[in-house]
Formats: sequence, C-alpha cells, structure tokens
Amino acid sequence: MSAPSQRRLIFAHIDEPGYTNDIACYRKHGGYEVMKRAFARPPADLIDEVKKSGVRGRGGAGFPCGVKWTLVDRKSGKPIYLVVNADESEPGTFKDRYIIHQDPHQLIEGVMISCWANNVKQAYIYIRGEFPHGARILERAIQEARDHKFVGKNILGTDYSCDIFVHRGAGAYICGEETGLIESLEGKRAYPRIKPPYFPAVLGLYQCPTIVNNVETLCHVKHIVDMGGDNYAKIGTPNNTGTRIFCVSGHVQRPGYYEYETGKITMGQLLNDVCGGPLPGRTFKAVIPGGSSAKILRFDERFKIKQKDGSVVEMGVLDLPLDFDTLAAAGTMGGSGGVIVMDDTVNMVEALGNLNSFYAHESCGQCTPCREGSLWMKKITARMVDGHARPNDGELLKNVADQIAGRTICAMGEACSWPTQSFVAKFGDEFKTYAKSAKPTDSLELV
Amino acid sequence: MSSAPKPADLVTVNIDGQDLVVPKGTNVIEAAKQLGIEIPHYCYHPKLTVVGNCRMCLIEMGLPALDPTTRQPLIDAATGKAKVNWMPRAQIGCATNAMAGLHIRTNTPLVKECREGVTEFLLINHPLDCPICDQAGECKLQEHSTEHGRGYSRFVENKNVKPKRTQLGPRVTLDDERCILCSRCIRFSKEIAKDDVLGFIDRGSYSTLTCYPGKKLENNYSLCTVDICPVGALTSTDFRFKMRVWFLKQTPSIDTESSTGTNIEVWSREGAIYRLTPRTNNDVNDSWMTDSARVLYKQVRAEDRLLEATIGGVTATHDSAIKAAAELLAAGSVAVVGSGRSSVEEQFLTRQLASALKVSTSLVSRVGEGDGILLSADRNPNVRGALVTGLINALPEQKLTALAAAIDAGKVKTVVAINEDLTAAGLSAAQLAKVAVIYLGTHRNATSDTARVVLPTLTVFEKSGSFVNQQFRLQRFAKAVPGPQDVNDDLVTLAQLASAVSQFAVASDLAGIWTTLAAECAVLAGQSYTKIPALGVQLDGAAWAGLPFVEGESLHFKPAALTAPANA
Repeated sequence: MSAPSQRRLIFAHIDEPGYTNDIACYRKHGGYEVMKRAFARPPADLIDEVKKSGVRGRGGAGFPCGVKWTLVDRKSGKPIYLVVNADESEPGTFKDRYIIHQDPHQLIEGVMISCWANNVKQAYIYIRGEFPHGARILERAIQEARDHKFVGKNILGTDYSCDIFVHRGAGAYICGEETGLIESLEGKRAYPRIKPPYFPAVLGLYQCPTIVNNVETLCHVKHIVDMGGDNYAKIGTPNNTGTRIFCVSGHVQRPGYYEYETGKITMGQLLNDVCGGPLPGRTFKAVIPGGSSAKILRFDERFKIKQKDGSVVEMGVLDLPLDFDTLAAAGTMGGSGGVIVMDDTVNMVEALGNLNSFYAHESCGQCTPCREGSLWMKKITARMVDGHARPNDGELLKNVADQIAGRTICAMGEACSWPTQSFVAKFGDEFKTYAKSAKPTDSLELV
Repeated sequence: MSSAPKPADLVTVNIDGQDLVVPKGTNVIEAAKQLGIEIPHYCYHPKLTVVGNCRMCLIEMGLPALDPTTRQPLIDAATGKAKVNWMPRAQIGCATNAMAGLHIRTNTPLVKECREGVTEFLLINHPLDCPICDQAGECKLQEHSTEHGRGYSRFVENKNVKPKRTQLGPRVTLDDERCILCSRCIRFSKEIAKDDVLGFIDRGSYSTLTCYPGKKLENNYSLCTVDICPVGALTSTDFRFKMRVWFLKQTPSIDTESSTGTNIEVWSREGAIYRLTPRTNNDVNDSWMTDSARVLYKQVRAEDRLLEATIGGVTATHDSAIKAAAELLAAGSVAVVGSGRSSVEEQFLTRQLASALKVSTSLVSRVGEGDGILLSADRNPNVRGALVTGLINALPEQKLTALAAAIDAGKVKTVVAINEDLTAAGLSAAQLAKVAVIYLGTHRNATSDTARVVLPTLTVFEKSGSFVNQQFRLQRFAKAVPGPQDVNDDLVTLAQLASAVSQFAVASDLAGIWTTLAAECAVLAGQSYTKIPALGVQLDGAAWAGLPFVEGESLHFKPAALTAPANA
C-alpha cells in the first residue's frame, strides 16, 4: 500500500514558490480573514469549537487543547495569560522553527483567535535562545500585525486590546516544560514548579491563570475555527484528529518535515514511501517516533495493538499507524513528532551516550533524581564508549533510570530515563557484547 | 496564640493504618510526626516555603474511592473499611496537605525504594569526608544514609569537583562539594532575613551554591543558614574545627542581646562554651537567632572579666567586701542603680535591698535600632521583669540626671551600681569622685575601676534565673557552665547585701525567692522557677500597656499600640 498524499493544513502555503513571510503575502492568501470572522463570534463558541475538534497538544504530551482551556480558572478575577511555547528544544523536532520562519502570521492569527476566545489581554511568545532569527521574524511580523490592527490596542476597531510580547530564552531545554518556562518568563531560573499546587491553569504566570500552548497547536486553532470543530474532527482518526507534522531525521534518503492526517499513515509508509527508505546498502535498525525522549522501537519488534472494536492486531514497527494512541499502545509516544531513524551502522551504546550527554547537560538541577541520575547515566555510557565497559553496566543503567522516572518534579525525569530504559531493554545484547570488547576493568581509574 | 480550630476545620487522615485527626491543610510530614512516624526530608523546613526538590519525603498517597453515581465512599466488604484508590506514583509528603480521607503509607516497598534511590543519588557526588566534616554527628545526610541507604556504592565514576572553603561572608564558610542543593539557605535569606544574596549557578549536577556577584552573605542572620543546612556545606567560621558536637552538652538559655528573649541553646564541654544556637520557640523566635547574639559567650572568658572582689582597688575576700559594702550602706544616703540586664530574681532582691534602705531605684535604658525580626530596639533583656517585680514603676531613664543632681546636692554619699557603668549613664568623673560606689558586675569598666567596693558577678551562662521579654513572656535560663572560682552567684551577693540592711535574712535561693515573688507580685502568682515551662509562659502585661515601650513590630510581636486601642 503506497502512502496517502500529504494533507497540508499548517503547511498549506509554506514552500510554495513565491510565498513570503510578510503580512501582504499572508493576506493575499486569505490571512486574518478567519480572525475577523472569529471576532464576530462569542468567545465561548470558539472554545466549544476547539473542544469539538478534539485537537491534542502538539508539544509532546498530547493533552487535549480544549480540555486545557476548560481547566482555566476564570472566576479568580485575575488576568488570564496566554503563553506560546516556542522553546522547541526536543532533539529531532524542527517544525515550530519552520512555521515561525516561513509563516509567522499564521501563528499570530492563531494566537489572537485563542486570546479572544479566552479573554486574554496579554500574550507572550517564549522562543528559545537559539532561534535569534525566528525572534526577529516574529518581532517584525507582530509589528506588521499591530500596524494592521490585528494586534495591540482596539483590535479590528473593537474595544478589545491584546498585545503579544516575544521573550527570548537563554538556551535551556527545561524552558520547554511549561512551569519552567513560566519561571523563566518571570525572570527566574527555569526551575519547574511543583504540581500541586502550581497548575498553570490556576497559578501560572505571576500566579495568574495561564494557558501554555505549543506553536503548532495554536496554528491548528486557526484552522479549527475556520472549518468548524466538527469538520476538523473528521480529519485524521477518532481521538487523534487533525494533521500532524512529522520531522524525519537520521538515516533515510529524504529527511524533512511532512504533514499528514494523524493516524492515516504508517511508519513504513512514512519511512519507505515518503522518505525513500534506508540509505543505499543499509537496513533500518531502530526508530524513535516522537522526539528523543520517546522510547526507542526496534525494527524487528512485534506489537499486539488493541483496536477500537476490541480486536487485537499484531503488527511490526512498519505497520504502526502514527497516532498518539497506537504509539502509546506500542510502549512509546507520538510526542512532538520528531522521528529519528537509525540504521545498522549505529552503535546503540554510543547513540545512548549521545542522548545521555544531552540530558545530563540539560537537567536543571533542581530535584535530586534527575540532577544526579542524568549525569551518572552519562558518566556510565561515556566510560563504556571510552573502553571501560563492564558486563553489568546495562543493568546498572536501567536501574539508575528506574530510580529517576516517576519521582521528579517535572516530566524531565521521564524524558531522561525513557531512552536509557528502552535502549537497554531492547538492545541489552549490544550492551553486553560491548563490554566484551572493552579494556579490562582493572585499568579503570577509581577516584 | 491562635484559637483552637473549629471542629469543621478538622479532618481525619490515615497514616500507616492509624487514624489521626488534624486541622485541614496540616502538612503530612508534621501530621506523621504527631504519630511518631518520621518522614525523612532535607529541603522541607516548617518555617520556609515548600519547594519539594530533595525527593526524600516520597510517600504513597490515596483517597477514598467514590461510587460514581452517589459520590459516597465505597466500603470494602472484606474489611468493612473505606476503599482507597492508591496513586500509582509516589508523592512528596512536604507538598501534601491533610484533607478528609487522605491515606498515606510510609513503609511500603515503593517508599523504601524511593528513599534508597534518593540517598544513593545524594551520595554519589558527595565527598563522604565525614571524618573531617564539622557536621558529622548532626548531619541529616549521615543519619538518613544510615537508616535509608543501601550501605554500599555502585558508583565507580569520578565525582564532580566544586569549590571548597568559600567564604560566603564574614561568618559563614561554604564547601560546595558537600552541598545537596536543597535551597534551604537560599529560601531563608530571601524569606526570613529579607536579604536575597544566595543562588545557584550552572545546571544539573554541576549546580553550585554561591553569592550573587558583588554580594556577601553578611546579614545579621547569616549563621541561621548554617543551622538549617542539613549537611556540612555551610559551616560557622567561628565554630568550625573547634569541637565534635557529640562531646557538647546542651543547656537551654535565653539570649540577652535585646528584649526579644530569643530562646537559645548553649553548647559546652568541661566548663567551656563552644557555640550558641537558636532553640525553636514558635511564639518567640521560631528557629532563628541573630549572629550578633551568637558571640555573646565570648564575654565569659574575656580579658576584662572581673574575677575577684576588691576594696579600694585592693584584692579582698568576698566576705570582707560584703562587710565593707554593708558599712557603707549602714551610713545612709544611698542610691541604687538597678539593671534591665539582671534576671527577675536579681531584680527582686535589688528591690528588697532598696526597700530596706528606703530608697527608690533607677534603671538605665539601652536603646538601639530594631531590625523588625529578632533584634528589638530595647537592648535590655529584662526591663519588663523590673516592672513585674516592682523594682521600677516607669520606664528606665536614658541618663541618670536625677541621681547626678542628688550627688551634686550632696544628698547621696553611696551608690550601689548593678551591671551598669555609671559614666556611660551620664555621671561625670567628678560626680563619681564625690560618692563611694559599690559595684556589682561581670566586666571592668570606668565605674568598676574607681569603685570603693567591687563584687564580681556571673554572666548569664553561669547562673540560673528568668527574664520577661517584650511580649511579657516569662522565660527561664539555666546554668550552662560554672563561674570563675572566686565569684559568688549574684543572688547570694545581693541577698547578703539586702540581709545586712534588713531586720530579717533575705532568701538567696531560687525556690525561696520565688515563694516571696509569687506572693508579692500579682502577675507571678502561682509561679515558681521550676514551674516555668521550657518555652516560657505568657504573663498578663495589661497593667503596663500604657507605658511608652520603645520596641517596634517584629517576629511574633506587635507593640500594644498596634494590637489594642491606646489605654486611657
């Protein structure tokens, strides 16, 4: 079965020859018309549309956006803030950056519709420090939108005012965690907050109710309002509505970003038909389907996936439809849509060593298990790669990871331990044979 | 005192199978403590905000299962008890507050595993230098590792290297390698001392505690960070390497720096004091004390300590000095200068002396700037004691102008000065030369140098007694170390002087003094030294509410003018 064709919602015009990121081009393509229609409707209507659409957050956790909006405390009398999470730092993910670079007004339109729907008077775009160009583009685009009365005072001639500020991070993965992001936005170290009591929907930015949404999610809001929640829900599969952008990187012939209806394309179609299969003379070995924190899948794995009708279908990695629920049933996650492909040339110990270096470097250091565990795991894999592997290192790595997951303040505990847990569980044999080729352990320098 | 919670505010929680009734919102760690169950923790401190970063207090938590339709708790048919939905993940105890039906388990395999894991993580990069660490013996990491750790290490990598012996300020030394990054010191500085100078730099396991650039940890509460540091990272530059803590004896005492009456602990060995630390009293000083009060023990072995009685500057025995003093008193024209630094008992004996002499007593005020926390404006610890015992009826004077005038007029020939330097209190050298001074005090000063009779006395650490602080709270202190060989207890000296001018013998022991005190002073009725609780007892200060006390608002204290309409 060959791959279905792309269904481009977010990327509708991106990559079209002659499509530029200024407001004139955006308006020529129908830009801000949805917003004009939205502003003529009562806010509660729009929230209903988003709820009906069933759209799930595209940042990684896949939490239904409509539910997130419903949880916002609207009775506190405090202002409600909208924060756009543009701290796209998950290794393997590069969709938000592309949206911002190529089509910033689509994001701004989505943000303003969401602000109107939630009675937000101030929105922030928190963009990661490594995206200076993206920040400049957004600043310019917001100014253009202000000049056209789409942002700022008395939007579209109404008495509703709402401005957007762009806030640049200083380069930390943890700022992608929503409460860490809020702390950073407040000017503090990005230490994630404990939940309870600091749920952003109740006690978020400046202790006020706050909505934190991913860039892609807010772009989807524009399309949901455009076509109506019910129509949007017909795209994709039930509970996995809309389209998804897959960022394919690694050992395929044509890496890149591809937008498909969620769940309508399988891993095999994506990697073989769309991305051109493995590099010449190589075979696929493993794939991480949702950003580096997602658990790795081994290509010869078989899964028993329970279907909606209750039947159980056995399938391999290539048969997996790429939706949140199937990937969760396969023991991993759809995450941020970053698909990292590894072929038979990859040494799994070294690959894990690379990931562990990243997580040890990015642990904020607030709570004990992730702070100490991530660096310990890095030190173990670095030692293994350095030629001092020991036969039981795999077991030790897994045990250290088990001591982190589920015991930390934020999800970084899982993010840093899932790679180790899954690499060791699925490629334990490689960790064992690696030790056999290692230098004798008594040459190890113990301090 | 907060009023007792209404029954509606009480909830029943279940901890390890035991039901406990506590006010709603009670911290689970504190609730478990009431049952004698310890939930180990590092970052949690009852007086600081909760951050939940150490993860040592992970516990299992559950709530009653509810019937989906009736919303009534489901009952387990087998046990007859409410069914509990246990959360699959461990939760932190420090951020869990008591609510109706809350169930907690602290002794399950999951909880044990969590504690083992956190302990191992905290130890992998810790230097394990307990043999040379000052915290050894009072180290939470040491204690919890013994109780909750695995007992062996699986870590064969190199440990992180961090700065050693950093001087964070004039009194605090930091060893970053020992730091477990609990952030108690950071929160204390920000929240209690209101001096935001500490923070972490770098990330992950390389996070390092430091002062902000260009700043120092030098506020007057900096040593509290040493007290609350659960490990040996922050140490007192004064105390470090002086003594192993397990050799030290602890004696409860009261800080004499100001009228706050901070509860303290005196740590001594073989008659020598090594350090003073705060003693928790949630109605007075919480768990804090000032740095400036911690050095007061140094007065005990100060160079200028008065160690022997003198008559006319010549060494004399105590008895002959008492005799010489008695003769001066018998000659009449005496004035008594008492002290707001004397204990309640000493002030009462001073009053008995003055009334036998039929003279009134002056007190010298000692006023500084209050810091709004634990250093009050009144630097005399016991002015209210002088009011309660009837030694004075008005607040102390800044300068002894009336006494100076009386001396100039030739009406006073002898002055009994207790703990007060008369020159500092406004008397000129010429005026002092006109009178014979009987000086009772601990240290040399201009007055003791020219006094006719000097009777040395004990410091607060060498005697027992009580003070009444700014809140009219009666608090006792106990003798921590013996006084110098030839120095008699103040009470004995005062009682001897009072007896010499009275028709009857005046009691010099605490029990005897309190018998009279309780009988003569209405607000002390029913009290005695031994009956004063460890954390003191509130007296009724209403009779003095109209006096213009100098203290401003501070921790747990509001001046009467702020709490009640001014007394007519």
